Amino acid sequence: MSWLVCLQGIVWRELLRFLNQRSRFIGALVRPLIWLLVFATGFRAALGVAIAPPYETYIPYSLYILPGLVGMVQLFNAMQSSLSMVYDREMGSMRVLLISPLPRWYLITCKLLAGIAVSILQVYAFLAVAWAFDDTAPPLGYLTVLPALIANGVMLGALGLLLSSLIRQLENFAGVMNFVVFPLFFMSTALYPLWKIQEGSDVLADICALNPFTYGVELIRFALYGQFDGISALVVVGAGVVLLTGAILGYSPSRGLIRRKAG
Amino acid sequence: MSTALQVSGVGYSFGPRRALDDVSLSVEPASFTALLGPNGAGKSTLFALATRLFDCREGSISILGHDLGCQPSQALACLGVVFQEPTLDLDLTVVQNLRYAAALHGLPRRESERRIERELTRFGLLDRRHDKARGLNGGHRRRIEIARALMHEPALLLLDEPTVGLDVPTRRQLIEQVHRLCREDGIAVLWATHLVDELDPASDRVVLLHRGRVHAQGSVAEVLAAVGTSDLRSLFDTLGEEPR
Repeated sequence: MSWLVCLQGIVWRELLRFLNQRSRFIGALVRPLIWLLVFATGFRAALGVAIAPPYETYIPYSLYILPGLVGMVQLFNAMQSSLSMVYDREMGSMRVLLISPLPRWYLITCKLLAGIAVSILQVYAFLAVAWAFDDTAPPLGYLTVLPALIANGVMLGALGLLLSSLIRQLENFAGVMNFVVFPLFFMSTALYPLWKIQEGSDVLADICALNPFTYGVELIRFALYGQFDGISALVVVGAGVVLLTGAILGYSPSRGLIRRKAG
Repeated sequence: MSTALQVSGVGYSFGPRRALDDVSLSVEPASFTALLGPNGAGKSTLFALATRLFDCREGSISILGHDLGCQPSQALACLGVVFQEPTLDLDLTVVQNLRYAAALHGLPRRESERRIERELTRFGLLDRRHDKARGLNGGHRRRIEIARALMHEPALLLLDEPTVGLDVPTRRQLIEQVHRLCREDGIAVLWATHLVDELDPASDRVVLLHRGRVHAQGSVAEVLAAVGTSDLRSLFDTLGEEPR
């Protein structure tokens, strides 16, 4: 019972913080919408997308990148949560969480689930706006995509937690954008299908095929059309388990994560 | 009843620098103990070990008989902590901050609401319950942090230099309120400070920490006798530090 209360408390706090930070909410929506309404519209004519599963007919480019942008929302939210963890650690408020009597692994998992709850809220807000601009998936897809969002959220959220345990100072966080977020996003199938990347560069296609974010995007893409992509699910769940284990080890008291001070 | 806090032979190093060396001390139930030491003495490191933010690899720490290494959940459940750095979530209201702390200790909603009301009444801040923490002054924020540390009714309260940045009247009020917690609620308090004027020579127990080692402990008179000085103000002079 007390474990559930703790989970509720952590998720509730994360949602409250998110709703209180309006600029974060707006930022989370504007970023993918710019890609959808500006980038995708501009490239609509230039980039033809052939029929490939899960699509059964030719689709406009904006519809192709919709799952990729959903993945982008989750990726940026995970990095935002990670940044907020580093900030909390620097400022001291992380200590309040870590001195709870519940096991450290459980607290970290609760934090992860709270981040996923926030990311799902952002994704559905984005999908609602995309729907208003006629970029729609089948109605049932909005429901079937939920497990894929949770699985992708675990993988990306765990990556964020692991990074936050490795980054010692807030100032170092800028490097994460250059060396983690951009490569993960651009070297994936979020913007172009794998066969199209292969036409341009075999090496890049191989890198995309090794990128776990590719599988997160594909899992979402298939789930939005009521289909299940087993290989993507396996990769996403496997990567999620490995990253979460790393994050839990990263927050072990033996690592003495809290900034050391004189005194 | 078990000793509220028992620290036995604890040592800790940051790389080559020895922060704590063979530290042993105890805090009895319903007592006020001041952990007195200049900056860099190792007070915050000891707090980080006692709250399990750092792993205690040398020596042992137990809280109400629960060893922190073997029974961390039981030990931490008996412990309330006020850190030196402000740790309130400034974007949340007072009540939301307290609810969050209650949830981290698994308190059901109804019980947590009852305790929030009790603690805010105790600290005279009931009318500020729906204010954002950002809008509170330093003294009020500190009181809320103490109220938060008391939400799960701990037997031991650790406060790490809680008066830093507060004006003199607010400091006095805060010290008096914490003494009252010892007297009326039977809570054991370990109060880390480098300010000798925060001690009550008549009743407080003192542990004198200097350069990572306990130099003396006992009543104020016993500590002064052990160090070989006649008054608290010259204590740090005797130890080779600037007086505060």
